Amino acid sequence: MSIPVLLFASYADAFGTRQLRVPLTAPCTVRELVAGIRLMPGGHVLPIQPLVAVNHQWVLEDVAILEGDEVAVIPPVAGG
Amino acid sequence: MKGTKSLSFRRLPVVDPDIAGVSDHISGVRRVAIVEAPIDIQALTCHVQDRGIGAVSIFLGTVRDVNDGKDVSGIDYEAYHPMAERELRAIACEVCDRFPGLRLAIEHRVGTLSVGDVSVAIATAHARRAPALAAAKEVIDALKRRVPIWKREHYVDGARRWVDPTA
Repeated sequence: MSIPVLLFASYADAFGTRQLRVPLTAPCTVRELVAGIRLMPGGHVLPIQPLVAVNHQWVLEDVAILEGDEVAVIPPVAGG
Repeated sequence: MKGTKSLSFRRLPVVDPDIAGVSDHISGVRRVAIVEAPIDIQALTCHVQDRGIGAVSIFLGTVRDVNDGKDVSGIDYEAYHPMAERELRAIACEVCDRFPGLRLAIEHRVGTLSVGDVSVAIATAHARRAPALAAAKEVIDALKRRVPIWKREHYVDGARRWVDPTA
């Protein structure tokens, strides 16, 4: 089992993909997911607490990720 | 599975897009969009104009030719499109709630832009100038903090770099 995670911009470049499959099983917390991603190749670019969105909403690290959720790990935003 | 019960109550709320649309109309949010084509400032302005409007404020973000001492030749803008529109709409609704009578339209462009191109346009309109001016500032400040959009600068020397405002 794995959890699909969307990546963008500098994070997509670091991991060499725009959709990562993290070898964890839902449900898990955002904190657990981020820890898992940081162990993967390219994971060194992620801070301990990166911005994370679930189903297009910003979430904190104790939020649960459930089966079927759309999860994105978000680089520092720079719009405008 | 162990832990399932303690996690499941944190399920996120679901928003009905039709209800959100109705709310937009009432609150004064006239248009929110992430676009690939050049922004039509006149058309955006038309979205907020009305007989009761006495002031229209237009904020434009444009690509400048120097950043951090490096000569910039252009910028790639990338967005997490559905979330960026959702977050922009949330900002627009919040600002309209704070300024009763405000009419608001926002477009942010993505893709490769050249120096001088408009990357973001915010049109705010009100019976009075003070709310129109203040609202435009609130929108662009919140956009820069909250909306998942990124830019990669192209430099004249051929290098490219994702901009990190937190670095």
